Amino acid sequence: MSASTSPRIVVRSLAIGLGFGILLVKSEAVSWFRIQEMFRFQGFHMYGLLGSAVAVGMVSLFALERLGVHGAGGGVMALDRKPTGGWNRHYWMGGVVFGVGWGLLGACPGPIYALIGTGASVFIVALLSALLGAWTYAALRPRLPHF
Amino acid sequence: MLDLLRQPWPWYVAGPLIGLVVPVLLLFAGKSFGVSTSFRDLCAAATPGRFDYLDYDWRTGSWRLAFVAGIILGGLIAATALAAPDPVVAISEATRADLADLGIDDRTGLFPSDLIGWGALVTLPGVLTLIGGGFLVGFGARWADGCTSGHAITGLIGRQLPSLLAVLGFFGGGIISTFLILPALLGGGG
Repeated sequence: MSASTSPRIVVRSLAIGLGFGILLVKSEAVSWFRIQEMFRFQGFHMYGLLGSAVAVGMVSLFALERLGVHGAGGGVMALDRKPTGGWNRHYWMGGVVFGVGWGLLGACPGPIYALIGTGASVFIVALLSALLGAWTYAALRPRLPHF
Repeated sequence: MLDLLRQPWPWYVAGPLIGLVVPVLLLFAGKSFGVSTSFRDLCAAATPGRFDYLDYDWRTGSWRLAFVAGIILGGLIAATALAAPDPVVAISEATRADLADLGIDDRTGLFPSDLIGWGALVTLPGVLTLIGGGFLVGFGARWADGCTSGHAITGLIGRQLPSLLAVLGFFGGGIISTFLILPALLGGGG
């Protein structure tokens, strides 16, 4: 099997990403101000957004499973599962590092891409910096705690 | 109708639609929703085989690179055809007051351009928020094996313990930035 994905799946992914990008901007989830409001616990907007997204995702997946619907490529409708073990240190330690970055930049990975699309060219610098961060993780990975 | 779509979308409209991205992506592309793995794919494409973590065929992530290209295009459409008439985000009064205490008075746009902008890159707070924040977002998302999309949405939908731990970490880190780092960088009273 070839490692590359079929053109049909690539085109569909692009279309779904486009919808998600519109949602990120129109919901203001890309806004540094909304992220500050969230981390200060001074508004319901971001909690309503994330909470309703999780609830709708849960219910719709449950319904599709019950109906026996199969996904593209005939696969079962199963989300990737993360391995667990030990203290699961990388999830919460990495999570804290990510959160510090999110609190400063006011944008997580999806919004970084969406903001570049809105014409906020300075977020290209943020993206390059995030790529350097991911690359640095790759370099340090053998020395970092995981489980 | 278009006038209505140009307004900011309330959470109870946008949130459920964001939730539907997860089953739609599974149904039509057979893929699990997540954005930050694209950082890994891009690093693997740039420096193939340099580290074990990047030693794989990045083309397995080609659908994800198309997905994030779509996010960029979506941002473009949202900022042009669907641009909001009022450029100020309607955050709570309490947050406005707290930000004013930090010297952030100009709330035009999606982010404070005095802090996050080309001009601010000659200042220490500007460098630490944009470049430092971006670096930690990329590093942390890969160490935690997911970001807001992969953990706070997909992982919580799947009721996975790792994602709950990661989301608690996100908030712990965000609180450190908000209540310790930003005040130290920007100073009280502006």
